[in-house]
Amino acid sequence: MVKKKIGILALQGGVIEHLKALEKCKVKTICITKKEELYNLQGLIIPGGESTTISKLMQSHNLWESILDLAEENISIWGTCAGLILLSKKIKEKNNPSTLGLMDIEVARNAFGRQRESFESDLSIKVLGEKTFPGVFIRAPYILTSGSSVEILASFENKIVAVRQGRFLGSAFHPELTKDLRFHKYFLKIVSGEI
Amino acid sequence: MDIGTFKVKKGLAQMLKGGVIMDVTTPEQALIAENSGAVAVMALERVPADIRAQGGVARMADPLIIQKIMDAVTIPVMAKARIGHFAEAKILEALGVDYIDESEVLTPADEEHHIDKNKFKIPFVCGARNLGEALRRIGEGAAMIRTKGEAGTGNVVEAVRHARKILGEIRELINLPDEELMTFSKKINAPYELVLETKKLKKLPVVNFAAGGIATPADAALMMLLGVDGIFVGSGIFKSKEPKKYAASIVKAAAHYNDSKILAEISKGLGEAMPGINITTLEEKDLLQLRGW
Repeated sequence: MVKKKIGILALQGGVIEHLKALEKCKVKTICITKKEELYNLQGLIIPGGESTTISKLMQSHNLWESILDLAEENISIWGTCAGLILLSKKIKEKNNPSTLGLMDIEVARNAFGRQRESFESDLSIKVLGEKTFPGVFIRAPYILTSGSSVEILASFENKIVAVRQGRFLGSAFHPELTKDLRFHKYFLKIVSGEI
Repeated sequence: MDIGTFKVKKGLAQMLKGGVIMDVTTPEQALIAENSGAVAVMALERVPADIRAQGGVARMADPLIIQKIMDAVTIPVMAKARIGHFAEAKILEALGVDYIDESEVLTPADEEHHIDKNKFKIPFVCGARNLGEALRRIGEGAAMIRTKGEAGTGNVVEAVRHARKILGEIRELINLPDEELMTFSKKINAPYELVLETKKLKKLPVVNFAAGGIATPADAALMMLLGVDGIFVGSGIFKSKEPKKYAASIVKAAAHYNDSKILAEISKGLGEAMPGINITTLEEKDLLQLRGW
């Protein structure tokens, strides 16, 4: 496999966790806090965190336009939790952050409830194989509706929690908080064009 | 499906990293905090500076105030319970707040014991001044630690002292041979298993924020540069002359603490910061950091 450089948007949130998972997958990584660092990337991860905070910080230092430009090119982007929200085209309810609108999905924020309702549950994700995947849901969103070009990768209690649309990947849960590297490896396959 | 596991309790704090948690007393303030990019708010009846000024017994906030703040914003809402007051904590859990701060800023309800935090489905954050105190709180079930600092003073010196102490003791621990770890855990009064885990991880087993006296973007950057994971700002926002400016600027400082040019830019023209207190003028009975055991 070619050595890839994967960027992790490092303005706020669960950055180190993704970094460590990618290191275990033996890929080169870079933490991104400004647009000058968005150079020579093959993939980008938008981590979990507070979507309102990350959205504002992306806009205040011109990262927003640069990421949209990159998305036009050949880069793959994966959003986890808050990252999924930021990739979506539409968010239900008001008082919401601006989103990049790269994936044809509508999401609901904090859709499973508040922290009190946060949970772990094993998920069946076909593209990762037979063995279930440990889903960690923290004030998690889910996907209400998705366009025809969106592939549904996982559901929990009939709610869509992982999707792929070409080079873009979104998960409502946090693979980076588990020891299971299969989701990260799946993203890396998208990055390399293998799948 | 497992609800409220330690992984999801600790996980929420992991998702708050690099962010700023702001004290608010009204829904309007909570919206200002959210619009400025706060990752969470702490719902209170009075900010620490007012608690300090007014004296008397400081208790959990009126649940109605907390509820209104929860209804106003979409970011996580934290609230404070008195040290050892597990009935207040149960009320906060029933309300559905996202994190409970078992806080020395309120008047302690128990001068020997803290809350058994493992019994709750929602996570707790606790203050600490040194590694032993941090590990005792984690042993009781805390899923997040913050420095105590000296709340309501606008003076960062105690937060610096506590962050340096905790991080310094971890550096000391990392270099100890294994046969010295039991004596080390005895010396700092910490659970042995957590001492072992801290040595293995080379950091605290949970997220570690700074709190208690942070008043400017530079203060926030200083604490991040010392190695904490994020920032609590108590009185620093709404006791400043320009809360919106201070809030937005401190949020950016926590994200860009490594970039002095950005820090210089965002620190310009913020107006007057909250009035500060020189810690040496405080008597021992007025120090909030001495509460907790």
